[in-house]
Amino acid sequence: MADTAALDAAPIAASRPEGRDDKALHRKVFAGLAIALALAPLVLYPVFLMKVLCFALFALAFNLLLGYGGLLSFGHAAYFGMASYVSAYAAKHWGLTPELAILSGTATAALLGLVFGALAIRRQGIYFSMITLALAQMVFFFSLQAKFTGGEDGIQAVPRGNLFGAISIADDRVLYGLVAVVFFGGMLLIYRIIHSPFGQVLKAIRDNEPRAVSLGYRVNQYKLAVFVLSATLAGLAGATKALVFQLASLTDVHWSMSGEVVLMTLVGGMGTVFGPIAGALVIVTMETYLAPFGAWVTVIQGAVFVLCVLLFREGIVGLFARILKKPL
Amino acid sequence: MTTIFGVPTQALFGQLLLGLINGSFYAILSLGLAIIFGLLNIINFAHGALYMMGAFVAWMLLTYLGLGYWWALGLAPLVVGLFGILLERFLIARLYKLDHLYGLLLTFGLALIIQGLFRNQYGVSGLPYAIPAELSGGQRLPFMFLPNYRAWVVVASLTVCLATWLVIEKTKLGAYLRAATENPTLVQAFGVNVPLFLTLTYGFGVALAGFAGVLAAPIYSVNPNMGADIIIVVFAVVVIGGMGSILGSVITGFALGLVEGLTKVFYPEASATVIFVIMVLVLLVKPAGLFGRTA
Repeated sequence: MADTAALDAAPIAASRPEGRDDKALHRKVFAGLAIALALAPLVLYPVFLMKVLCFALFALAFNLLLGYGGLLSFGHAAYFGMASYVSAYAAKHWGLTPELAILSGTATAALLGLVFGALAIRRQGIYFSMITLALAQMVFFFSLQAKFTGGEDGIQAVPRGNLFGAISIADDRVLYGLVAVVFFGGMLLIYRIIHSPFGQVLKAIRDNEPRAVSLGYRVNQYKLAVFVLSATLAGLAGATKALVFQLASLTDVHWSMSGEVVLMTLVGGMGTVFGPIAGALVIVTMETYLAPFGAWVTVIQGAVFVLCVLLFREGIVGLFARILKKPL
Repeated sequence: MTTIFGVPTQALFGQLLLGLINGSFYAILSLGLAIIFGLLNIINFAHGALYMMGAFVAWMLLTYLGLGYWWALGLAPLVVGLFGILLERFLIARLYKLDHLYGLLLTFGLALIIQGLFRNQYGVSGLPYAIPAELSGGQRLPFMFLPNYRAWVVVASLTVCLATWLVIEKTKLGAYLRAATENPTLVQAFGVNVPLFLTLTYGFGVALAGFAGVLAAPIYSVNPNMGADIIIVVFAVVVIGGMGSILGSVITGFALGLVEGLTKVFYPEASATVIFVIMVLVLLVKPAGLFGRTA
């Protein structure tokens, strides 16, 4: 079936085995990112940066599933949003410290990912996308009706609390440090997953599932594992976001949030290591500057979708990778 | 008052009728999705937006040109269908050689654009559209009050679904269509213009959505968000039914509408999610869908 055929952006990154100089290049990019993370708050507003980082981690998690697993989930808002709710609730009503609140949100997303993933991988291709979307919509209605989510109001005025019960993160610059560490850790983990033997098998399944089956791999276990990993990291992003904005709301579980993370990944470059970060930066910046135009944001997002799909499928980082002839 | 299982019959039949109405829309929309998917191999995310567009075209015909409901019932599907043909020719047709997922992403983008444009122009509060004079009023049945318009919606959508089924299963044109679904290359080799077929099929599929939009206009207010709300449910309907069979998607559509109506009577809290729960159950028991062929 062509359903599981590779996305055409992916082979650019996977066209040849990665050599030692590629790893060296990636190390340089990581070092550059670390320096940028350290210097950015001197130039840019910390809350804006934290928003970018949370969405970048969300998009990285999503790209792990799409770019390397070849699975297009249209319901990732469910894990992002549910983790955000649980983290906010834990911090506000149980009085958990921020790191425990984030962990509880992340664990919820992992559990949800396990259940939904097990269901969704029963179908392939386009059906997989529709199932994830429908399951996420179920979570949306649940969030709308359940008591603990606060319905239309969401959970507001979430206390940021003291990290490990000792360090206050009420100040934006201190919290930025935490968010930057979470983001960087998440990114390194995803990088490690992609380049592990597990990641290699994933790419094999993405490129040719029947062949992977014939080689004796239990593809469904791999698919489920990457689904859970992706959902967990999306949850980590959502749970952190709840503390940054001190708010968890229906926006985070709405289908348009699922669409947004797809857009970020598409713009940055599907199946590239660093693409989702660039995509998140572009889309969050765009939304911030276009906010005064209200509903036009939706139209512009739609137009970016159409243009990217028709003319720019490799994405920003994919383009750089092609010019440099190196996987990024 | 008569009751069944402790529920007044009036309320029970009222909700069942409402379920049947929703089912009518599910049936027409999933039928269109299935036809488009069968031939073009893309899932048309813009289907909901085009359904909404159908309702808006009806409203515009009335407001700007003074053309009433019956004109709209013919013209709006035509307008939406032509719009769909343009979309297919200039945008979607460029993606046939790529992975199917790109078709989903493209039509999702189109849905955002269409929906956003209507929202900017007409706001989100919804515009009223009156029931045509010929169909106002209703019948007093022994067990319930049956508004004429609602009866008409059920009859009209059943007729359209059956007519579509007949065309596809019993005519020469339909035979070409089925053959092209099975093996487009071979059909093209026999001298059939397959690209033209793809365009017309997409046009017809979205015209069905436009038709459903006109039917829906007097029942729900004409609202830019009406398509986004329904399309995800229709996706679940399609997963439950499987897109392999035309009649299958029609039956699934109506049946799920009824189930939703029943849920509103007996356990209203679950009425928004019941179709998704059924989807989960079907995935567990029969992953290919009730009428689906295993891939």
